[in-house]
Amino acid sequence: MPLSWYLVLAALLFCIGLYGVLARKNAVAILMGVELMLNAVNINLVAFWRYFTPDLIAAHAFVVIVFAIAAAEVAVGLALIISIYRRRKTVAADEINLMKW
Amino acid sequence: MTAMQGVFLFAAGLILWAAFMMVTRQNLVHAAFYLIMALFGVAVIFVLLDAGFLAVVQVLVYIGAISIIMIFAVMLTRGDVIEEAPVNKNYGWALLLAALFAFGLIILIGQWPAVASLAGEIDTSRDLAAELGVALVSPEGFVIPFEVASVLLLAALVGSLLVARPQKKGK
Repeated sequence: MPLSWYLVLAALLFCIGLYGVLARKNAVAILMGVELMLNAVNINLVAFWRYFTPDLIAAHAFVVIVFAIAAAEVAVGLALIISIYRRRKTVAADEINLMKW
Repeated sequence: MTAMQGVFLFAAGLILWAAFMMVTRQNLVHAAFYLIMALFGVAVIFVLLDAGFLAVVQVLVYIGAISIIMIFAVMLTRGDVIEEAPVNKNYGWALLLAALFAFGLIILIGQWPAVASLAGEIDTSRDLAAELGVALVSPEGFVIPFEVASVLLLAALVGSLLVARPQKKGK
Protein backbone atom coordinates (compact mmCIF):
# COMPACT_ATOMS: atom_id res chain seq x y z
CA MET A 1 0.00 0.00 0.00
CA PRO A 2 1.25 3.51 -0.71
CA LEU A 3 2.97 5.69 1.84
CA SER A 4 0.09 8.18 1.77
CA TRP A 5 -2.11 5.86 3.86
CA TYR A 6 0.27 6.10 6.80
CA LEU A 7 0.76 9.84 6.36
CA VAL A 8 -2.99 10.51 6.30
CA LEU A 9 -3.50 8.35 9.40
CA ALA A 10 -0.74 10.21 11.22
CA ALA A 11 -2.12 13.59 10.15
CA LEU A 12 -5.60 12.75 11.40
CA LEU A 13 -4.26 11.34 14.67
CA PHE A 14 -2.13 14.46 15.17
CA CYS A 15 -5.13 16.72 14.65
CA ILE A 16 -7.32 14.76 17.07
CA GLY A 17 -4.52 15.11 19.62
CA LEU A 18 -4.28 18.84 18.84
CA TYR A 19 -8.00 19.24 19.45
CA GLY A 20 -7.62 17.37 22.74
CA VAL A 21 -4.77 19.62 23.84
CA LEU A 22 -6.59 22.82 22.93
CA ALA A 23 -10.10 21.99 24.05
CA ARG A 24 -9.92 19.72 27.08
CA LYS A 25 -10.41 21.24 30.48
CA ASN A 26 -8.69 18.66 32.63
CA ALA A 27 -4.91 18.97 32.70
CA VAL A 28 -4.40 15.18 32.65
CA ALA A 29 -6.52 14.97 29.49
CA ILE A 30 -4.31 17.64 27.92
CA LEU A 31 -1.27 15.43 28.59
CA MET A 32 -3.11 12.52 26.96
CA GLY A 33 -3.60 14.67 23.86
CA VAL A 34 0.15 15.35 23.77
CA GLU A 35 0.73 11.60 23.85
CA LEU A 36 -1.49 11.19 20.79
CA MET A 37 0.50 13.85 18.92
CA LEU A 38 3.80 12.15 19.79
CA ASN A 39 2.41 8.85 18.54
CA ALA A 40 1.45 10.45 15.23
CA VAL A 41 5.05 11.65 14.89
CA ASN A 42 6.30 8.13 15.60
CA ILE A 43 4.04 6.64 12.91
CA ASN A 44 5.47 9.13 10.42
CA LEU A 45 9.07 8.37 11.43
CA VAL A 46 8.65 4.61 11.10
CA ALA A 47 6.75 4.92 7.81
CA PHE A 48 9.46 7.12 6.29
CA TRP A 49 12.08 4.64 7.51
CA ARG A 50 10.27 1.69 5.95
CA TYR A 51 9.62 3.39 2.60
CA PHE A 52 12.79 5.42 2.02
CA THR A 53 15.73 4.28 4.18
CA PRO A 54 15.12 0.67 5.29
CA ASP A 55 18.89 0.00 5.33
CA LEU A 56 19.60 2.60 8.02
CA ILE A 57 18.65 2.54 11.68
CA ALA A 58 18.38 6.31 12.33
CA ALA A 59 14.57 6.37 12.46
CA HIS A 60 14.54 3.71 15.16
CA ALA A 61 16.98 5.72 17.25
CA PHE A 62 14.78 8.80 16.95
CA VAL A 63 11.63 6.86 17.82
CA VAL A 64 13.34 5.51 20.95
CA ILE A 65 14.33 9.05 21.90
CA VAL A 66 10.73 10.20 21.39
CA PHE A 67 9.65 7.42 23.79
CA ALA A 68 12.10 8.75 26.37
CA ILE A 69 10.87 12.32 25.88
CA ALA A 70 7.26 11.19 26.28
CA ALA A 71 8.11 9.42 29.54
CA ALA A 72 9.93 12.49 30.87
CA GLU A 73 7.07 14.78 29.83
CA VAL A 74 4.49 12.61 31.57
CA ALA A 75 6.59 12.36 34.75
CA VAL A 76 7.10 16.12 35.06
CA GLY A 77 3.59 17.02 33.89
CA LEU A 78 1.82 14.71 36.29
CA ALA A 79 4.05 15.80 39.18
CA LEU A 80 3.10 19.40 38.45
CA ILE A 81 -0.59 18.52 38.19
CA ILE A 82 -0.57 16.60 41.48
CA SER A 83 1.32 19.42 43.19
CA ILE A 84 -1.21 21.99 41.92
CA TYR A 85 -4.09 19.74 42.95
CA ARG A 86 -2.72 19.57 46.49
CA ARG A 87 -2.64 23.32 46.84
CA ARG A 88 -5.69 24.43 44.86
CA LYS A 89 -7.95 21.33 44.78
CA THR A 90 -8.48 21.63 41.04
CA VAL A 91 -7.00 20.24 37.84
CA ALA A 92 -9.06 22.36 35.44
CA ALA A 93 -6.57 24.07 33.14
CA ASP A 94 -8.60 27.29 32.88
CA GLU A 95 -8.71 27.71 36.66
CA ILE A 96 -4.94 27.33 37.09
CA ASN A 97 -4.15 30.98 36.48
CA LEU A 98 -1.36 31.42 39.01
CA MET A 99 1.11 32.54 36.32
CA LYS A 100 -1.24 35.17 34.95
CA TRP A 101 0.30 38.21 36.67
CA MET B 1 -7.53 -5.72 -1.12
CA THR B 2 -4.68 -7.64 0.43
CA ALA B 3 -4.66 -8.90 3.98
CA MET B 4 -2.13 -6.23 4.98
CA GLN B 5 -4.41 -3.48 3.76
CA GLY B 6 -7.28 -5.02 5.68
CA VAL B 7 -5.22 -5.09 8.87
CA PHE B 8 -4.08 -1.51 8.25
CA LEU B 9 -7.63 -0.25 7.75
CA PHE B 10 -8.81 -2.06 10.86
CA ALA B 11 -5.94 -0.67 12.96
CA ALA B 12 -6.34 2.83 11.54
CA GLY B 13 -10.06 2.79 12.23
CA LEU B 14 -9.42 1.56 15.76
CA ILE B 15 -6.81 4.27 16.40
CA LEU B 16 -8.92 7.12 15.08
CA TRP B 17 -12.11 5.94 16.81
CA ALA B 18 -10.31 5.43 20.12
CA ALA B 19 -8.54 8.80 19.84
CA PHE B 20 -11.84 10.53 19.07
CA MET B 21 -13.54 8.85 22.02
CA MET B 22 -10.54 9.79 24.19
CA VAL B 23 -10.83 13.51 23.53
CA THR B 24 -14.61 13.57 23.94
CA ARG B 25 -15.27 11.39 27.00
CA GLN B 26 -16.22 13.10 30.19
CA ASN B 27 -15.03 10.33 32.48
CA LEU B 28 -11.25 10.51 32.55
CA VAL B 29 -10.77 6.85 33.45
CA HIS B 30 -12.68 5.92 30.28
CA ALA B 31 -10.50 8.39 28.36
CA ALA B 32 -7.40 6.65 29.71
CA PHE B 33 -8.68 3.27 28.54
CA TYR B 34 -9.42 4.67 25.08
CA LEU B 35 -5.88 6.09 25.07
CA ILE B 36 -4.55 2.59 25.75
CA MET B 37 -6.62 1.28 22.83
CA ALA B 38 -5.20 3.93 20.49
CA LEU B 39 -1.64 3.18 21.63
CA PHE B 40 -2.21 -0.50 20.98
CA GLY B 41 -3.38 0.31 17.46
CA VAL B 42 -0.16 2.27 16.90
CA ALA B 43 1.77 -0.85 17.96
CA VAL B 44 -0.12 -2.81 15.29
CA ILE B 45 0.88 -0.17 12.73
CA PHE B 46 4.52 -0.59 13.79
CA VAL B 47 4.26 -4.34 13.20
CA LEU B 48 2.82 -3.68 9.73
CA LEU B 49 5.85 -1.47 9.03
CA ASP B 50 8.27 -4.31 9.95
CA ALA B 51 9.38 -2.58 13.15
CA GLY B 52 8.50 -5.35 15.60
CA PHE B 53 10.97 -4.23 18.23
CA LEU B 54 9.43 -0.76 18.34
CA ALA B 55 5.99 -2.33 18.68
CA VAL B 56 7.18 -4.23 21.74
CA VAL B 57 8.72 -1.08 23.20
CA GLN B 58 5.49 0.80 22.46
CA VAL B 59 3.46 -1.74 24.43
CA LEU B 60 5.98 -1.81 27.28
CA VAL B 61 6.66 1.90 27.64
CA TYR B 62 3.38 3.52 26.58
CA ILE B 63 0.79 0.98 27.70
CA GLY B 64 2.80 -0.51 30.55
CA ALA B 65 4.23 2.64 32.07
CA ILE B 66 2.81 5.91 30.75
CA SER B 67 -0.85 4.89 30.71
CA ILE B 68 -0.59 3.46 34.20
CA ILE B 69 0.91 6.72 35.49
CA MET B 70 -1.94 8.56 33.74
CA ILE B 71 -4.55 6.40 35.47
CA PHE B 72 -2.76 6.94 38.79
CA ALA B 73 -2.87 10.69 38.27
CA VAL B 74 -6.54 10.62 37.30
CA MET B 75 -7.39 8.73 40.46
CA LEU B 76 -5.22 10.98 42.66
CA THR B 77 -6.86 14.15 41.32
CA ARG B 78 -10.54 13.27 41.44
CA GLY B 79 -11.90 16.79 41.77
CA ASP B 80 -15.20 18.43 40.99
CA VAL B 81 -14.08 18.78 37.36
CA ILE B 82 -15.67 15.40 36.59
CA GLU B 83 -19.18 16.80 36.88
CA GLU B 84 -18.53 19.81 34.67
CA ALA B 85 -18.23 19.93 30.90
CA PRO B 86 -15.12 18.13 29.63
CA VAL B 87 -14.15 20.98 27.29
CA ASN B 88 -13.36 24.63 27.93
CA LYS B 89 -15.27 27.50 26.38
CA ASN B 90 -12.90 27.87 23.42
CA TYR B 91 -13.55 24.40 22.04
CA GLY B 92 -15.14 25.81 18.89
CA TRP B 93 -11.92 27.56 17.96
CA ALA B 94 -9.96 24.44 18.84
CA LEU B 95 -12.20 22.34 16.59
CA LEU B 96 -11.84 24.85 13.75
CA LEU B 97 -8.05 24.97 14.12
CA ALA B 98 -7.71 21.18 14.26
CA ALA B 99 -9.96 20.74 11.22
CA LEU B 100 -8.05 23.38 9.25
CA PHE B 101 -4.77 21.73 10.25
CA ALA B 102 -5.99 18.30 9.12
CA PHE B 103 -7.30 19.74 5.85
CA GLY B 104 -4.02 21.55 5.14
CA LEU B 105 -1.90 18.52 5.99
CA ILE B 106 -3.93 16.25 3.72
CA ILE B 107 -3.72 18.79 0.85
CA LEU B 108 0.07 18.96 1.38
CA ILE B 109 0.36 15.15 1.44
CA GLY B 110 -1.68 14.93 -1.76
CA GLN B 111 0.60 17.38 -3.58
CA TRP B 112 3.80 15.47 -2.81
CA PRO B 113 4.48 12.97 -5.62
CA ALA B 114 6.56 10.60 -3.45
CA VAL B 115 3.56 9.56 -1.35
CA ALA B 116 2.48 7.11 -4.06
CA SER B 117 5.71 5.14 -3.64
CA LEU B 118 5.43 1.57 -2.44
CA ALA B 119 7.51 -0.13 0.22
CA GLY B 120 10.51 -2.00 -1.12
CA GLU B 121 11.71 -5.37 -0.01
CA ILE B 122 13.28 -5.55 3.43
CA ASP B 123 15.76 -8.10 4.68
CA THR B 124 13.74 -9.82 7.41
CA SER B 125 16.77 -11.76 8.68
CA ARG B 126 18.32 -8.58 10.09
CA ASP B 127 18.35 -8.22 13.86
CA LEU B 128 17.03 -4.67 14.12
CA ALA B 129 17.14 -4.60 17.91
CA ALA B 130 20.85 -5.47 17.94
CA GLU B 131 21.54 -2.91 15.20
CA LEU B 132 19.69 -0.27 17.18
CA GLY B 133 21.61 -1.15 20.32
CA VAL B 134 24.94 -0.78 18.55
CA ALA B 135 23.86 2.48 16.87
CA LEU B 136 22.80 4.01 20.20
CA VAL B 137 26.21 3.56 21.83
CA SER B 138 28.66 3.86 18.93
CA PRO B 139 30.41 7.20 18.37
CA GLU B 140 29.54 7.00 14.65
CA GLY B 141 25.91 6.51 15.60
CA PHE B 142 23.68 8.25 18.11
CA VAL B 143 25.65 8.27 21.33
CA ILE B 144 25.24 12.04 21.87
CA PRO B 145 21.43 12.10 21.48
CA PHE B 146 21.27 8.96 23.61
CA GLU B 147 23.28 10.54 26.42
CA VAL B 148 21.29 13.76 26.21
CA ALA B 149 18.05 11.77 26.45
CA SER B 150 19.45 9.91 29.47
CA VAL B 151 20.35 13.14 31.25
CA LEU B 152 16.93 14.56 30.38
CA LEU B 153 15.19 11.52 31.88
CA LEU B 154 17.29 11.77 35.04
CA ALA B 155 16.57 15.49 35.37
CA ALA B 156 12.86 14.85 34.79
CA LEU B 157 12.74 12.16 37.46
CA VAL B 158 14.58 14.26 40.03
CA GLY B 159 12.52 17.31 39.13
CA SER B 160 9.21 15.49 39.41
CA LEU B 161 10.19 14.10 42.80
CA LEU B 162 11.07 17.60 43.93
CA VAL B 163 7.82 19.10 42.62
CA ALA B 164 5.49 16.42 43.98
CA ARG B 165 7.18 16.15 47.38
CA PRO B 166 4.82 16.88 50.28
CA GLN B 167 5.20 20.33 51.75
CA LYS B 168 7.04 20.75 55.01
CA LYS B 169 4.95 21.43 58.11
CA GLY B 170 6.39 24.87 58.79
CA LYS B 171 5.61 26.36 55.40
